[in-house]
Amino acid sequence: MTGAVDRQPGRLLDPRGPRFAAALTSVVLVAVLVTGSGWLALAHAAVFALTAADPRRGPYGLVFRALVQPRLGPPSELEPAAPVRFAQLVGLAFALVAAAGYLAGAPVVGAVAAGAALAAAFLNAAFGLCLGCEAYLAIRRLLRPTPSESGP
Amino acid sequence: MDPAVLTGASVAASVLAGTSAVGVWLRRSTGRLRPVRGAVDSGRTPGAAPTAGLLAGLGVAPGTPATLVQFSSAFCTPCRAARRVCAEVAATLEGVEFVEVDAESRLGVVRALHVWRTPTVLIVDAAGRVVRRATGVPDRAQVIAAVAPLLSDAEATVP
Repeated sequence: MTGAVDRQPGRLLDPRGPRFAAALTSVVLVAVLVTGSGWLALAHAAVFALTAADPRRGPYGLVFRALVQPRLGPPSELEPAAPVRFAQLVGLAFALVAAAGYLAGAPVVGAVAAGAALAAAFLNAAFGLCLGCEAYLAIRRLLRPTPSESGP
Repeated sequence: MDPAVLTGASVAASVLAGTSAVGVWLRRSTGRLRPVRGAVDSGRTPGAAPTAGLLAGLGVAPGTPATLVQFSSAFCTPCRAARRVCAEVAATLEGVEFVEVDAESRLGVVRALHVWRTPTVLIVDAAGRVVRRATGVPDRAQVIAAVAPLLSDAEATVP
């Protein structure tokens, strides 16, 4: 069964790229909270969407590869792309709710969603923890009350 | 200053403070191999444990002195590192086997064994009892220390 869990074993990332992106994301989300700007939240939703499509070609990924990576040594290890893409989709959902909240005149909704996204991004940037990935199994458990067991 | 700006700034500050506390706590607790309550007390009772059937269904061979069972998922960055630790210990120590389980395809077992996060690593003894468990990447030395008593038990029972 070893290896069965790696669905995209060929797609590996320098883990410092997503962490750099999470740091920039945290800064932008703090700005969203301070300004209460729905448009800024919407702009960052676009960044999340692009990064989910391809983490290496997302806007912050491009900045990382152009400006940061050349100054660093080679990475000590690589990480799979699938968790990063999943986390970006979770971020996209929160950013869209935040943008809708602020733009529709419900700043509390906007602040709650932007705050949740900030917590996840900051946990990734400062501690290297992927909150969306940690929650993935718990979400699957809760969403599927009757499990269907596949073979061993 | 605009009160909305002040509110936004204080929300941001409290999120950052709260998240820092959670991060420190998670970092400290992750990967620690904790003894499973109940298993220690009943450690010397003969016969198969209630979890034995479930674990056998995952590929744990009954009678193996120590099996490392790792629950993984596709969206799990530390699963790779955990797999490396477990596979290495299983390859180095005789009597230790390693089984990796895709948590998503075995949600029934995941519920029964109270697995919430990946990676979760269980240490299973010869009777199919879960003796210890860790959430996160376990430390190699800790895994070796945890399986050592199981291996010496197995030696003692060989006639």
